[in-house]
Amino acid sequence: MELVFALVIGALTSSGVYLLLRARTFPVVVGLTLISYGVNLFLFSSGRLATGGQPILGSTESYSDPLPQALVLTAIVIGFAMTAFVVVLSLRNLADNEDDHVDGRQGERPEKPEQKSEEERSQ
Amino acid sequence: MSLPLVVLLPFLGAIAAPLFAQGGRTAIAIASSVPALIALAALYPNWQVLADGGYVLYHQEWLPALGISLSFRLDGLALLFALLILVIGLLIILYARYYLKPKENIAKFYALLLCFKGSMLGIVMSSNLLLMLIFWEITSLVSFLLISYWTHKQDARRGARMALAVTGGGGLALLAGILIIGNIVGSFELDDVLAAGDQIKAHAMYPVALTLVLLGAFTKSAQFPFHFWLPHAMQAPTPVSAYLHSATMVKAGVFLLARLYPALAGTEQWFYMVSFTGMATLLIGAYIAMFKHDLKGLLAYSTVSHLGLITLLFGMGTQLAAVAAVFHVINHATFKASLFMAAGIIDHETGTRDMRRINGLWRYMPHTATLAMVAASSMAGVPLLNGFLSKEMFFAESLELNLPGLWAWLPPIVATLAGIFAVAYSARFIHDVFFNGKPVDLPVYPPHEPPRYMKIPVEILVFACVMVGMFPAISVGPLLYSAASATLGGDVPDYKLAVVHGLNLPLLMSFVAFFGGLLMYTQRQRFFDFHARFKEIDEKAVFEAVVSRLATFSHDLTGRIENGSLQRYALLLVLSVIAVAAAPLMNVGIFVGELGLSPVDLPTAIAAGVLIVCALLTAFLHRERFYALVLLSVVGLIVALAFARFSAPDLAMTQLSVEVVTIVLLMLALFYMPSWTPLESTRGQRGRDALIALVAGVGMTLVTLAMLTQPFSSISDFFLENSKTGGGGTNVVNVILVDFRGFDTLGEITVLAIAALGIYAMLKDTALTPPPGDGMGHPWTRDAHPMMLRQIARPMLPLALMISAFIFLRGHNLPGGGFIAGLITSVALILQYIASGMVWTQERIGIKYHNVIGLGLLFAIIAGAGSLAFSYPFLTSTFGYITWPVVGKFEVASALVFDLGVYLTVIGATLLALVSIGRLSPHSAIKPKKEGV
Repeated sequence: MELVFALVIGALTSSGVYLLLRARTFPVVVGLTLISYGVNLFLFSSGRLATGGQPILGSTESYSDPLPQALVLTAIVIGFAMTAFVVVLSLRNLADNEDDHVDGRQGERPEKPEQKSEEERSQ
Repeated sequence: MSLPLVVLLPFLGAIAAPLFAQGGRTAIAIASSVPALIALAALYPNWQVLADGGYVLYHQEWLPALGISLSFRLDGLALLFALLILVIGLLIILYARYYLKPKENIAKFYALLLCFKGSMLGIVMSSNLLLMLIFWEITSLVSFLLISYWTHKQDARRGARMALAVTGGGGLALLAGILIIGNIVGSFELDDVLAAGDQIKAHAMYPVALTLVLLGAFTKSAQFPFHFWLPHAMQAPTPVSAYLHSATMVKAGVFLLARLYPALAGTEQWFYMVSFTGMATLLIGAYIAMFKHDLKGLLAYSTVSHLGLITLLFGMGTQLAAVAAVFHVINHATFKASLFMAAGIIDHETGTRDMRRINGLWRYMPHTATLAMVAASSMAGVPLLNGFLSKEMFFAESLELNLPGLWAWLPPIVATLAGIFAVAYSARFIHDVFFNGKPVDLPVYPPHEPPRYMKIPVEILVFACVMVGMFPAISVGPLLYSAASATLGGDVPDYKLAVVHGLNLPLLMSFVAFFGGLLMYTQRQRFFDFHARFKEIDEKAVFEAVVSRLATFSHDLTGRIENGSLQRYALLLVLSVIAVAAAPLMNVGIFVGELGLSPVDLPTAIAAGVLIVCALLTAFLHRERFYALVLLSVVGLIVALAFARFSAPDLAMTQLSVEVVTIVLLMLALFYMPSWTPLESTRGQRGRDALIALVAGVGMTLVTLAMLTQPFSSISDFFLENSKTGGGGTNVVNVILVDFRGFDTLGEITVLAIAALGIYAMLKDTALTPPPGDGMGHPWTRDAHPMMLRQIARPMLPLALMISAFIFLRGHNLPGGGFIAGLITSVALILQYIASGMVWTQERIGIKYHNVIGLGLLFAIIAGAGSLAFSYPFLTSTFGYITWPVVGKFEVASALVFDLGVYLTVIGATLLALVSIGRLSPHSAIKPKKEGV
């Protein structure tokens, strides 16, 4: 079970990081969301994985750790606020620059060394 | 109590004096003199204590945790410096009254001068090393402002900047040194530090502390190789040069040597570092002084040389040398300040300071000439003047140094050589300026005597030179004794203050120096020719070049790292996280702890498989944005299931409702955005990113695996035990949120509120036109608000609200609570917006969500503050039970009010964010075709 859980977190992180490194705002937002799923699961699992141990007093014999749960509960809500904020930031970027590139308006972006070298090669 | 007053008075004066600027230069000069006069009167009653070798202490705690206290100490050494600062300060005030032109900003000048006086008094009278450092830094800053007083001159600005860079840098070193000393001793109080001399010197960190402290002292006192700032500081008005850069501030460094003498001196490191630095400075300063054609330049290098002499004396480490050093501090201050003032008068009356043009002034200003000649003779070390006495003591001490073999000859030879140079440049000051033919092409011609009162300060100082020179025992004897006693910690050697000690070797050295110097002056043309062969280094140009090179370098470096590409920043961020985490992870490897792995059941395995596949597909298919979004929602739902599977019902409910809101939000955003991502990156870039992503994912997998299989101990037992008894609820997660960690939750809903308001502000004046179709040629549906959806959504609302009320109320004991209930209510309301449109829904809701957020925060704070009224800490909750007629026994906790605040804030923030986005589109104004049903 632990291995499966770890693989899930790994997959979420990998996909999230890959999308985080894209050039357009929308994939970046999706990537951030995936990463925050992974982080939430990770923090939650610091109380270890328990089955049927919900921390409701009187409902079971042994309880799982309630503290990570409380932390993650607020983290989910704050994560939502962050996602909403970043989404709106990207919408504002779209409105101001008529483009959804993370580096701003076309033609005003910093030069990329890779592209430059390709141009030079073609010359 | 008088001690802090003495330090404080000049600062108060700096505020008060400018008020008198309207009354003219005389009025402000008189007003500026008052603090010094009161300070002198306040110091006088303490004299008797000090004369007996005692000291006066004032102690007031300030920041005891940091070891900083407002403690002041007046002993002989502090008194000597305080008198120099106060008396010469008074003379400078009088002098500056005539020196500054009427149209210059005299109020600023006097205010700065008084600030400087206060901070300088602070340095010499502080009994706490950190307090002293604060005043030390103030003198650097005020010195910067005074050097650049004529702000229109580029040289003045550059000179000021250089002085600040050097002395400020030294101040930092000094701070580090003081912190080390304080760490060794365990206190920053001077009494403790001076008493712990042996402990400091035996400590392993002593060489480091000593080097740092000496760096501070040497930069401040312009010792080689940091001497270069002082000549460039001469761009200041002459009263400043006379006061700061000859009599007081540059003496702060040697004062520090004297102050910490019992704590730091007496070791080999001290001897070599201090005495050789002093020797080099003494010789280099005296040598360069000869070749300066600028009057103030000559005096500046002479000052460097004399500061080197004092440093060398302290470095010798013998008690007599320390006495001679203290004595020379007095003597140098008197003759050098008067010489600077004389130079200022000459500059003032002739319009130039170039000695090649100023000649034969004796005919025009005999009075000033006499005064300057006496002072210059004292500088040269002519008998019957004070400079002679301390120089004689210096020669005597240079013979006493115990250096091995031929090295023993070095100090007396250096001393005599420096003496020869000193006589030569003094002779030049006298002969070249006042005799030597006629003036050449003076800007102001003919020069004449300055105003009567401008000469008074010079007269007083020259009189002091003569008095000390002829009757040393009577004039400065007691003061010197008390200062030497304070320097040496009460251990004063036998010394005799007399004009002539009989025919001995030091006297012979004086003769050699005197006649050698005169000879050198007569042959000066040869030396000038010799010196002209070397290219002169302009320190200012070097300094400016170094500064601009550093600036260019950092600019380039910043430009290279921070090129404006956010995509690249993200890459650097991820790479640095990986780099930081890599090393510890290498050691862990694939680690399975002692808890081992538990078996996997089939449904969990299937769900996990679906999650992993969907997560990876999200990345693979991300260019088709809509598909990516659908896959993302699947991932989010399975995460919610995972929470439910692993005993976290509250989290599952939260995740589920947040998931709905998030997807709606992203759908809304996607409505305005292009629905697919163009292919921009090269194959190589994608491969690189995939590799980075893979490394990050593998790393997280290993960390998670290692953590999950490790046993652990938690503080949660406390929460489990006290949740019911202390918080009145059985849902421990909720009790933690609203009670145990209520303050955290308050902070979190505040963040939520700020984010929502930020969203509102960002989109307030923004208009976005959505693309006409979905990017693949399909137009949007014309039926924006389908009837089916409308008909289903409307009856859902009361049901959903009822459920959310139920979830909210039971939250304290069963899964639920403010966060979840708030999200459910939000989802229910958002459904209405989607189904029936912005205008229709808003008309019926009629609430501004800003107010809901505000109300929510208010509830939360009131619930917390309520406990203050019963003198419990903020957010202490209480609870009780009441029986309602139908419902039965019902628990009421004050935390419920807090949870209500959470509930309202969540609703307000969520809806404000979504409605702000929804409002962007012109379509939002479309009303459903049929009103109501």
